[in-house]
Amino acid sequence: MKFLCVECDEQMIFEQRQLPGDGTLAAAFRCPECGRIVAMLTNPMETQLVSSLGIKIGGSEVPGQPLELVRSSVVGGREDAFVEEQPDISPALDRTGPSPSVVWSLAAVERLEGVPRFVRGMVKRIYTDYAKENGITEITTDVMDRARSDLGLEGM
Amino acid sequence: MTIDHRTYADLTAPDTSRMVEQVTAQHARVAARLAGVKACVAVMSGKGGVGKSLATAVLAAAAARRGLEVGLLDADLVGPSAARMSGVDPSGLVVSEDGVRPAVSDAGVRVMSMDLLLDQGAPLAWREPASESFVWRGAQERSALREFLADVEWGGLDLLLVDLPPGTQRLIDLHELVPNLDGLVVLTIPSGASEAAVARSMRMAREREVPILGVVENMSGYACPDCGETRSLFPGDAGTRLAERHKAPLLGRVPFDPRAADLAESGGLSVLLDDTAAGRVLDAVAGAIIEGVR
Repeated sequence: MKFLCVECDEQMIFEQRQLPGDGTLAAAFRCPECGRIVAMLTNPMETQLVSSLGIKIGGSEVPGQPLELVRSSVVGGREDAFVEEQPDISPALDRTGPSPSVVWSLAAVERLEGVPRFVRGMVKRIYTDYAKENGITEITTDVMDRARSDLGLEGM
Repeated sequence: MTIDHRTYADLTAPDTSRMVEQVTAQHARVAARLAGVKACVAVMSGKGGVGKSLATAVLAAAAARRGLEVGLLDADLVGPSAARMSGVDPSGLVVSEDGVRPAVSDAGVRVMSMDLLLDQGAPLAWREPASESFVWRGAQERSALREFLADVEWGGLDLLLVDLPPGTQRLIDLHELVPNLDGLVVLTIPSGASEAAVARSMRMAREREVPILGVVENMSGYACPDCGETRSLFPGDAGTRLAERHKAPLLGRVPFDPRAADLAESGGLSVLLDDTAAGRVLDAVAGAIIEGVR
């Protein structure tokens, strides 16, 4: 997927992705010449089609999780299907050096506990990776909202 | 209005949506995960209800009993049964740093199946928009298969058996993900209806140049557990006819045994292999498959 600023004849650059939470997606691209920004808006079906391929427009800031698509998409998953070996550790991030510890606010923990157990361990790990990647030391519900949008975690 | 500007191919700067890059990475991850798998063999029918999943579970156990490291991937996402047929406990798959550890059966077979993940009796359903699911459902299932290949810690395997669902689409998905698929074992029952459906699958496999290791005719008669006599169950001779038409060996005729499913589900695959006519034939078929991929 590429966008061309016809006026400048320049290939536009991916800028950011947003998920408003209604199943739609917005991806912004910027012309490096004139600075014009265009937004590609997809409906829920189009958003799902891209998601079904296991990819995210613009890529992802954090490493993918094992069976991420299955765990985040299946309805009716067994509560006891998975056991996390090391819930908060992401080897890809640890390789960059010691990471600051991350704590969870009470409200964030409460929200996390509302996530089905089938996917909860993976969601916790994703948010923790996101916090470490962005130098965030406390995961709040605001951080969770931001991560959802930045990472394309619709429904988490 | 005439479109008069550069096309996608004309734009040589990297695709900053990173979609192509991600798809390439997905394929690389599958290849890396399967680097330790010596042979990947799909078991296919094209026709439902021929006993393929049970036969595949028995073949996997038979291969493991011969001292091989064996994996069993259930590619039937909608009607999964490999875990049940292998008698494994459907709970507590460990998620490690590197992936998800498969369940291990009493026979030592490493198993991954959607029936390990779904609530008992729950159909496979995806979080989805309210309509138009036909647009993306196939892609979603293909991605799930890719994750089963790439994200499961298969480790070093001598043989990975992939149990394909009825129809031909999943073989196409698998072959795209595993281009060096080592072979295909085709199951049929004796009937003409099965022969016609399975022939289409075999033709498709030929067109994709997937080696056909052989044909297995399942439910090839009924082995009476009391008198031991085998009687006809279905009219037809589909196994022989398909093997001849596609110049593939007929690996075996497996008699129907009403005890087989119960034995498999209760962890009695060894008993099935040793004490039933069906098990003994499938044991020999497993030997032929192993020879076929060597």
